Amino acid sequence: MNLLELQDISKIYGNVKALQNIDLTVRQGEWLAIMGPSGSGKTTMMNIIGCMDKPSNGAVILDGTNISKESAKSLTGIRRDKIGLIFQQFHLISYLTALENVMVAQYYHSMPDEKEALQALERVGLGDRARHLPSQLSGGEQQRVCIARALINYPMLILADEPTGNLDEANEGIVLDIFKQLHKDGSTIVVVTHDPEVAEEAQRTVVLEHGRIARIVENEK
Amino acid sequence: MFWRMVKGAFLRQKGKMLMIAFTIALGASLAAAMLNVMLDVGDKVNQELKTYGANINVLPKGASLLDDLYGVGEGSGVSDQYLKESELGNMKTIFWAHNIVDFTPYLNAKVKLAAQDSEVKLVGTWFSHHLDLPTGESLDTGMESMKSWWDVSGQWLADQDENSAMVGSLVAGRNNIQVGDTITLESGERTKKLTVKGIFNAGSDEDEQIYVPLPTAQELADRAGLVSSVEVSALTTPDNELARRAAQNPNSLSIKEQETWYCTAYVSSICYQIEEVITDAVAKPIRQVAESEGAILEKTQLLMLLITILSLVGSALGISNLVTASVMERSREIGLLKAVGARNSPITWLVLTEILITAVVGGVVGYFAGLGFAQIIGHSVFGSAIDIKPMVIPLVAVLVALVTLAGSIPSIRLLLSLRPAEVLHGR
Repeated sequence: MNLLELQDISKIYGNVKALQNIDLTVRQGEWLAIMGPSGSGKTTMMNIIGCMDKPSNGAVILDGTNISKESAKSLTGIRRDKIGLIFQQFHLISYLTALENVMVAQYYHSMPDEKEALQALERVGLGDRARHLPSQLSGGEQQRVCIARALINYPMLILADEPTGNLDEANEGIVLDIFKQLHKDGSTIVVVTHDPEVAEEAQRTVVLEHGRIARIVENEK
Repeated sequence: MFWRMVKGAFLRQKGKMLMIAFTIALGASLAAAMLNVMLDVGDKVNQELKTYGANINVLPKGASLLDDLYGVGEGSGVSDQYLKESELGNMKTIFWAHNIVDFTPYLNAKVKLAAQDSEVKLVGTWFSHHLDLPTGESLDTGMESMKSWWDVSGQWLADQDENSAMVGSLVAGRNNIQVGDTITLESGERTKKLTVKGIFNAGSDEDEQIYVPLPTAQELADRAGLVSSVEVSALTTPDNELARRAAQNPNSLSIKEQETWYCTAYVSSICYQIEEVITDAVAKPIRQVAESEGAILEKTQLLMLLITILSLVGSALGISNLVTASVMERSREIGLLKAVGARNSPITWLVLTEILITAVVGGVVGYFAGLGFAQIIGHSVFGSAIDIKPMVIPLVAVLVALVTLAGSIPSIRLLLSLRPAEVLHGR
């Protein structure tokens, strides 16, 4: 069953065609990687899939609903209920602890639950760092807080933008292990990356070039 | 969670929040100071202007009519109508008794200086008269406090100096009279020798007159217990349309308007009430004085209002810049909140709550600083303290809230326009 379908998607900024005629489907429970050089349209695609932008043309079907014509307010609701976002820059709120950063997502979704937020942090191996501020955490730990925040509302789709881009090898390994576990547990994951090693962990890799899909590679792992 | 985020924002942006609070405090302090001064300035300006003389003239009805028709209202020699000295204390029993600051009666008579053919105007008056009022209170009033600008060589008279006189500088010059000389006044069959205790220069036609204690003039004019006119110095509220209509005809007002007029210290209202307590009297405002008071007061209040408005506009602009800078600085954080599903309204409330808390702190500090400024203005301009008006508190609170909200509008617009994709991914 397809969770996400991109049908003939284009995105045009003035004279720049960021994406052109993209057709793509993501099955429920699938781990998909999107690769490509800078300017190939990876981030634009992530913004559209993550309901943070709308395509100029084409349709985005998420969980059976065409969301390409939805209002900004409605897209906020869809993002809150169905998508978990993980960023390369982590984007943690500097004056809140790791636990509170996770609870922020709960607060705007339904109701903060400290116990549940703590469990999410324990799931990514940060139970003992819950009361630390982001500035007291390493890059890898901050990314794991970001993953816990993305998971806290049980999203249908986990969307990660260069999740290991700012991490050393050891932390990259820890984060990939978490992704593997999430995939094993049945989560649908879309990872935007330029790192072939990260992409190889996914089931399929979509390679973008100049805003178009150049090829789709089925990974053997 | 909400309050944790508010607290966190305060701790993280201490400097900026302090600047916003300082800007609000500055506006609030000026508003509080100006409003307190503005509400008290009426009394203060009135008190200042009272040092320049009376603003109400009370005449007998007949003399008033002659004054209206022919421009003469001098009592003796023109009209044989007088007011009763015994009724003058009643003026301190009217509704606006406390606004009657000073008053003094005059009895005018024409007398001859011995060995001179021409007549001189003699004025009997109270100089510093102690009066026991019908209410049981007492009052000291008279010329000395009402003509404070007179330049007197020698001494002011006291009311018990019944054998002394003060002579106008022109009369003294013409007749070569010096302080300490004895002058003889003749009025018909009566003569009286008086010692010149003071020679005054008033800078007006009063310099052509001789002033004596009221009983002396009553004796010479044979008008015991009578006075020609009374000058009253009263604290008044500047006239408005209602007061002008009432001055023309109090009966033209509705009952409610009459009540408002009667219970406001308009000069016409005080005149009306004086007429109620003195038999056959007509109390008339000395228009130039009353109107000057009103004009000065209105202009002073307008100036204060303008300063208040400008200071608040300045504060709003300052707040606008600071809050917008704060939102720009936090654009990634706001973008993140939107990315994790926060709608515009909760984020707006979050930012507004931070600003309003800052405004409360700034407003309270500013209000008390404003009270200090008001006292500085009071002492340096009027030489006395400014009365603190409790009604300024809600006024300042409303003004601070409005200015803060108005100053926050640009930042809220910026906040609403922030798109998570732009601030988080640069697109």
